[in-house]
Amino acid sequence: MSSPAANAPADTATSGFSIGSLIRRPEAGSLIGFVVVYIFFAILGGAVFMGAPGWSSWLNIAAEVGIIALPVGLLMISGEFDISVGAVVPASSVTCALLSGQFGLPAIVGIGGALSVGLLVGFVNGMIVTRTSIPSLIVTIGIMFAVMGLTLGLAVLVKGSTSVGYVPDPLTKSLLGTFIGGMFNVSIFWWMGFIAVFFYFLHISPIGNWVFALGGDAESARNAGVPTAKLKVSLFMMSGFAAAFVGIAQVMTYQSAQVAGGQPFIFNSIMCAVIGGVILTGGAGSIIGIVLGTMTFAVVNQGIFFARLDPNVGSIIIGALLLAAVLTNDSFRALALSYATKKK
Amino acid sequence: MSDKKVVLELKNVDKSFGPIDVLHEISLKVREGEVLCLLGDNGAGKSTLIKTLAGVHNATRGEILVDGEPVIFSGPRDAQDRGIATVHQFGGTYPLMSVGRNFFMGQEPTKGFGPFKVYDRKKANKIAVEEVQKMGITRIDDGDRLVGGLSGGERQSLAIARAVYFGARVLILDEPTAALGVKQAAHVLRIVNEAKKRGLAVIFITHQVMHAMTVGDHFAVLIRGAIAADFRKGEKTREEITDLMAGGQNMADLEQEIEGYMEAHDGHPPKVEPAE
Repeated sequence: MSSPAANAPADTATSGFSIGSLIRRPEAGSLIGFVVVYIFFAILGGAVFMGAPGWSSWLNIAAEVGIIALPVGLLMISGEFDISVGAVVPASSVTCALLSGQFGLPAIVGIGGALSVGLLVGFVNGMIVTRTSIPSLIVTIGIMFAVMGLTLGLAVLVKGSTSVGYVPDPLTKSLLGTFIGGMFNVSIFWWMGFIAVFFYFLHISPIGNWVFALGGDAESARNAGVPTAKLKVSLFMMSGFAAAFVGIAQVMTYQSAQVAGGQPFIFNSIMCAVIGGVILTGGAGSIIGIVLGTMTFAVVNQGIFFARLDPNVGSIIIGALLLAAVLTNDSFRALALSYATKKK
Repeated sequence: MSDKKVVLELKNVDKSFGPIDVLHEISLKVREGEVLCLLGDNGAGKSTLIKTLAGVHNATRGEILVDGEPVIFSGPRDAQDRGIATVHQFGGTYPLMSVGRNFFMGQEPTKGFGPFKVYDRKKANKIAVEEVQKMGITRIDDGDRLVGGLSGGERQSLAIARAVYFGARVLILDEPTAALGVKQAAHVLRIVNEAKKRGLAVIFITHQVMHAMTVGDHFAVLIRGAIAADFRKGEKTREEITDLMAGGQNMADLEQEIEGYMEAHDGHPPKVEPAE
């Protein structure tokens, strides 16, 4: 601010681009992981996997889980888990299908209702986690079962079955559940939108700082004037919202809402975040990392079919990737910390 | 005593939790540009006293005066707004975050337009590095470094520099040297002196008499929640202070007693009777 000379010490080391600083970025591990996994399946899967069919198949998967992995990753950075997303996805699908399909209300009412369900579940999660000392893992497992039960009960009560059909109008369908070119699900673009918003929130806005502080040392953050409880509740509401959004997109795409079927999102979203360099104990992680982790996960998930491997091999690869990710997360963190002590 | 201005004063402050009296009739004056060393063994009530000063607890009886005016803090934030900052052992720093982000936690500098605020990393890093260097820590020259890579002393210094930058007038340091090695502790003591030179009132809590004697102008020894001694620099020797902290028992006597016992019992220290 004052003089260029005073600016120098802070600037020289930050503006310069070097392999060293790139390697120390938290995303480095996930980028390497993605490249390795992609090349592996590109060799096995051949031209089809590298062409549009391959890209669309793994991007569709990535978009679905990716929208949820973003806020789940944010919660993990702040030191919390959200298991309840596995129940919010079907709950929002069923809500949307019941409101707009069964009762014939306008699509916007169904969408609004479904998103409200997600926000409400997130709010309840957040309130219980901040007001009691129960770990979020347990709180959100409990809430997951409660929401699952409510969803099933409601569907059976109103519709008498565990699936509710809904045929959206063409405009809603094209915005939320269509395949562009017959291959690329429109939710890929929604995912990009979510990425942009979350990137701004975590890395550009000042509030992002607070999210890291929550996971680093919540007590000190509170002393420094960070509204920790409010922030945590908001983060849980974000993940509820994102899970509800995916539920809506599913209903629009498949024109039917299933009471069960959200469970894979629980572990998949956490895995995407961890493969993307989010540290399980909180305090570190990045949006780019979570996106790369999601892409890696999706490539393995779909690459298996293109490579004509036994699907069980895919599970083994994902398991191994997860372990490798946790190990490299640790060593990259050590590298990042060593930066300060070894520089001089 | 001293002609320096009294910033913070305690008058006959009592603090009890239910039926348990933790602090009893504490009267203290904290002056600007002076270091008050609060000495005492574990359980003497040091933590309760600083929490009362920092607005975490309210006094049960008695008065706290800031600039001569009686105040009742509504919480830690209120005390901070009045310029009373507490720095704990690890300084409230976040190991996996950068120096700049640590420094401005909760008060991030922003740029940008309207609702789209942008965290101003350059400005934060620059100010953080400048302020820390002013405090004499020249090894920190890059605001993007992670705090976890700094030494314990540097982390303390960062936290102190932060408190000073955000307008602290009274700095409460809770055992800042307890977990540090000799060199690191010297580091922190230098920073304490620097803060004092800048006219801050420092309350330095420790049970290391050597550290206290290095920087202290004024000493208060706390025993079982009461002030057992209140004296100024040079009025007592190190041995006298240590004896005071040990509850008035002469350290030399204690040493002799233990040695005598060990000689009579094949070099074994005296057996401590377990509590019931």
